Amino acid sequence: MKHVATAVCSALTIAFACGTTPASADTLRLLTWGGYAPENVVAKFEEETGHTVEVTKSNNEEMIAKLRATGGGGFDLAQPSQDRIAGPQAEFGIYKPIDLSKIDAALFIPSMLAATKANTTVGGEIYGVPHVWGTSGLVVDTSKAPSVKDYTDLCGADVAGKVSYRLKRPTLIGFAFAMGMDPFAAYGDEAAYKEVMDKVEAKLVDCKPNVKTYWGGGDELMGLMRSGETVAAMAWDTGGWKLNADNPDITFVAPASGALGWVDTFALPAKGRADDAAYAWINFVMRPEIAAMITEAAGNFTASKGADEFAAADLKARYQASFPPEALDNIKWYPPVPAGLEAIEGGVLDRVKAAQ
Amino acid sequence: MRAQAKLGLFLLLSPLLLWLTLLILIPHVDMLLVSLRERIGVGQYQIGLGNYFTFFSEPLYLRTFLRTAVMSILATAITLLIAFPVSYYIAKMARGRVRSALFLLCLVPFWVSELVRTFGWMILLRETGIISNLLQILNLTDGPVELLYNDAAIMVGLVYTSMLFMVVPLVTTLESLPDEVIEAGYDLGGSGLSVLREIVIPHAMPGIVSGCIVVFMLSLGNYLTPTMLGGKDSLWFTELIYSQFIVRFNWELGAAFGFMLLILSSTIVWGMLKLTGQSLEKTMG
Repeated sequence: MKHVATAVCSALTIAFACGTTPASADTLRLLTWGGYAPENVVAKFEEETGHTVEVTKSNNEEMIAKLRATGGGGFDLAQPSQDRIAGPQAEFGIYKPIDLSKIDAALFIPSMLAATKANTTVGGEIYGVPHVWGTSGLVVDTSKAPSVKDYTDLCGADVAGKVSYRLKRPTLIGFAFAMGMDPFAAYGDEAAYKEVMDKVEAKLVDCKPNVKTYWGGGDELMGLMRSGETVAAMAWDTGGWKLNADNPDITFVAPASGALGWVDTFALPAKGRADDAAYAWINFVMRPEIAAMITEAAGNFTASKGADEFAAADLKARYQASFPPEALDNIKWYPPVPAGLEAIEGGVLDRVKAAQ
Repeated sequence: MRAQAKLGLFLLLSPLLLWLTLLILIPHVDMLLVSLRERIGVGQYQIGLGNYFTFFSEPLYLRTFLRTAVMSILATAITLLIAFPVSYYIAKMARGRVRSALFLLCLVPFWVSELVRTFGWMILLRETGIISNLLQILNLTDGPVELLYNDAAIMVGLVYTSMLFMVVPLVTTLESLPDEVIEAGYDLGGSGLSVLREIVIPHAMPGIVSGCIVVFMLSLGNYLTPTMLGGKDSLWFTELIYSQFIVRFNWELGAAFGFMLLILSSTIVWGMLKLTGQSLEKTMG
């Protein structure tokens, strides 16, 4: 409730504050993830273009909720994941199409740009271009839980009471793959998807006694893994690599059934008023040397062509250790989520949470 | 003259009226309208009671609803039990500087935000936390003990968070009880228990009731404490509302849940007032 109130308040504050300032293209209100707009990049951008940047950190669900509350106002550029654009756009109309002529396509890795464009097309218009990508899989303390190779291994007796995962949709999808099903193939068919989710629900309910707690934020997970209270968890690759820097035993493991690949994008909110600044920001941060600075801060690689050369050697080494070529080929990229599937998943998550 | 007085009254009332309409009445009306909207397809809605029907037909929602109510009532009762002796000591036994110091001690935890306070409890209670380590050093347990992520942890957090809101009204009402009345009670042959039952508690009743109402409301509407201390089994109703709004984009069901919570809290407060024979005017005035 408190969170909702804060969200509504901030939306109100923004609405009022914006009413008083004249509409100038000088302030870019950026709705993004932690680490995607590091201070040094923002300072450089402001110096070069004269625009100022206001950064609001958020996550997929909150981004959509915030934009929905204002009908796509209050921000000039948002960074939802590519699979979460088409559904909300069809349902709530919170974005406006991207003018590709204003974007320097040469800065992007072509295959990634093409895939994102295809996934964010609604009614013939393109709503997103790729920025940062990464995967989620398992973070494992290899000295204490060598048996954990796949999501379902988190339910093994040898790690009872020492595992953690999020109660969110990536967990449902990951478990479905590990149980030998293909949830993405069932996306188009609500009945089939429900069947897949029912099996996952039964598994997660069975698995619940094994779980120490469901983690909510990245810091919480770091605390759990660092203190040794948990020895294996579902997490993002960067989380694992960060822990690896402190404790060489802990690292990110791409699950046998495939890590889940996500791409965070740039999307223009429907009522954004600083489009020029937004396009300038996109073209600025996709430059290889700037993209490398973001990789440094966020820990994830970007869709910027040639930025790999600028990336730090230790990060590259960790990345290669976690992703041998066959694991890289096995990444399951999230297809766009059709509107309405969230309701099915929501019911499953609620029931798992309530199970005794 | 009368017209002037009316205008004056209106001007004096206008901030309150604006506050009530803009920040309380309109959002609630809007929420009611949203809760009566059913999604039938992409971007298509119709008016109906479907969301409330979902609430009553899904045992999980009802269970969480009742669990939240029962836990909140329990938290209120525990807070009262702990706060009453504390308030009595502050109001009647402590004098001068000690009294201010004690009152201040109750206030100090509220100088930091709720989030920090909750993190404090997490540091104390977690498996690698202070209490667990202390028990191991004292050889009272063999291995680390997990004290976090259960109902007791939620209860501790709720009681701690609401303590001040019980102590303040209790101290105020107990202060207004003249010492002579208590002395007279003893002079007339009353025992400690009967003085407490016949004199102190009846006098403190308005304070007890208003403290209970505030604490109950705070517990029922708390989001942070149950979620963070309760872990995988927290199951708090506000959490369900949050996830409907933010995670599932289902504002319609979320709004219906919000209304059910409003109805529940109003009913319980009303019942509590009836049960104790108090009226809202008497306790709040």
